Amino acid sequence: MADEQVKLTLVEKLGRVDRRIIFLLMGVAVLIPLLIHYTTTIPASPIVQDLFDKVESLPPGSKVLISFDYGPATAPENQPMATSITRHCFEKGLRIYMISLWATGPRQATQLIEDIITPEFPGKVYGTDWVDLGFKAGGQGLINTLLSDFTAMYTTDVNGRAVTEFPMMAGIKSLRAFDLIYCVGSGQPGNKEWIQFAGDPGRIPVGGGTTAVMAPQLYPYYPKQTVGLLGGLQGAAEYEAALMVKYPKYRTMSRVASEKMGPQVSAHLVIAAFIILGNVTYLIERRRQKKRQ
Amino acid sequence: MKRTIPLLITFAVGLILIIAMFIPHDPFFDMDRNFSIFYDVIAVFAFILGGGNLLRVHLNKVYLKRRDWKYSIVTVGGFFLMLLAGLLKIGVTEGWSGNFQGTGSLFKYLYDCTFQPLQSTMFSLLAFFVASASYRAFRAKTIEASILLVAAFVILVRPTPLGYYLTFWLPDPLKFLTISNLSTWILAVPNMVGQRAIMIGIALGIVSTSLRLILGIERGYLGGE
Repeated sequence: MADEQVKLTLVEKLGRVDRRIIFLLMGVAVLIPLLIHYTTTIPASPIVQDLFDKVESLPPGSKVLISFDYGPATAPENQPMATSITRHCFEKGLRIYMISLWATGPRQATQLIEDIITPEFPGKVYGTDWVDLGFKAGGQGLINTLLSDFTAMYTTDVNGRAVTEFPMMAGIKSLRAFDLIYCVGSGQPGNKEWIQFAGDPGRIPVGGGTTAVMAPQLYPYYPKQTVGLLGGLQGAAEYEAALMVKYPKYRTMSRVASEKMGPQVSAHLVIAAFIILGNVTYLIERRRQKKRQ
Repeated sequence: MKRTIPLLITFAVGLILIIAMFIPHDPFFDMDRNFSIFYDVIAVFAFILGGGNLLRVHLNKVYLKRRDWKYSIVTVGGFFLMLLAGLLKIGVTEGWSGNFQGTGSLFKYLYDCTFQPLQSTMFSLLAFFVASASYRAFRAKTIEASILLVAAFVILVRPTPLGYYLTFWLPDPLKFLTISNLSTWILAVPNMVGQRAIMIGIALGIVSTSLRLILGIERGYLGGE
């Protein structure tokens, strides 16, 4: 009887673990992979592979609009998506047009320029191969305007230089001039607005990436209204994997998403372990309560 | 008169935009484009309105020394610091012709060393709360809760080695039951069905509200009453 009392208490204790212990284990689970540089490679799922294949199918010189619709809060998830698409576009010889519907977006674009474009693609010329057009307010209203008149809203680039100075801006009258719109988003306005206000009415291919919590909301648009989607850090890691398969040189270069997947994987395992623990103790407790009744 | 004119403007603009959607030709196409530009211009003023509102609320709080008023000083101070750093291009090596967030600028420094780490920290805290909440909330108390639990577990372990080792040994005829395939199926079928139902419901709600606004039945935006 005494033993049963002790076991019952233990089960109860395991079913009510103090949140500070959970926080501590979570911290350790995130910290260890960071310290030992644990990385993981995840093969591309169909929704990611479709987006990769779409970019791969574009002929050199095609125009890709990348919209930076996120901020520093979700940058660990979103920035690797922007990195991968930029690498892929430049490997294919595509032209990149950067804009932002979020006020925090231009700084993320600048970070991409500093971390990827300048060091990895020094041969790419500003105004010919890529251009940074900066932020404009308006959200879906802005997209609606860009669909009918792009230059009405973007007369200058992010530094105030007239867009007419740039050869790659010739012929850009509306969003219909673009071969792909790639939105890296984490909320509203973001992926959904690009699909609803540009992709659908303009019949322009739209793809992109979003945070893991937003991704399920965008699945209804796949595959008819969006060519593909990177869901969270995992989606970004999958795109990196697809890029490595096609362009093996990236196996030895920095793989931001795959490196960050280590902490995420171990954090997921900790959460899964706690879910199992919580349910096992709950079921034992429930069985004992039934026996007592 | 004060209410009739705004109601007439709303009716006319709403009607024109609906017509422009179905007849994308001039003059409706041109009007649609102009209305979109008006909207974008007005959206810019929202920043001024937002800044003004922030100052009104927080300065009022400081003046009346309401609860936690000291935090409001930090908010107002931070607001003006970022605003002045950006507007005056403090520290920009190229001077007035340079980018306000270019190399050496105070704005860039504040953004990179204060705003970015603070935002990242706040968002990262979610991981800890998600772990604690999952442990407490995901209990197989009912059949519905059990289905949710299984779906969440499959999605959760999919990118992990556990997700692979749990089902990699399944024979070919049962490969559709691997965690990877199950995860894709959950997102692409049950999730999509639920999301579509919600989206259709929301869209119908928007149509209904828009019609009420255009026809002048819903007048809450006019204020008063």
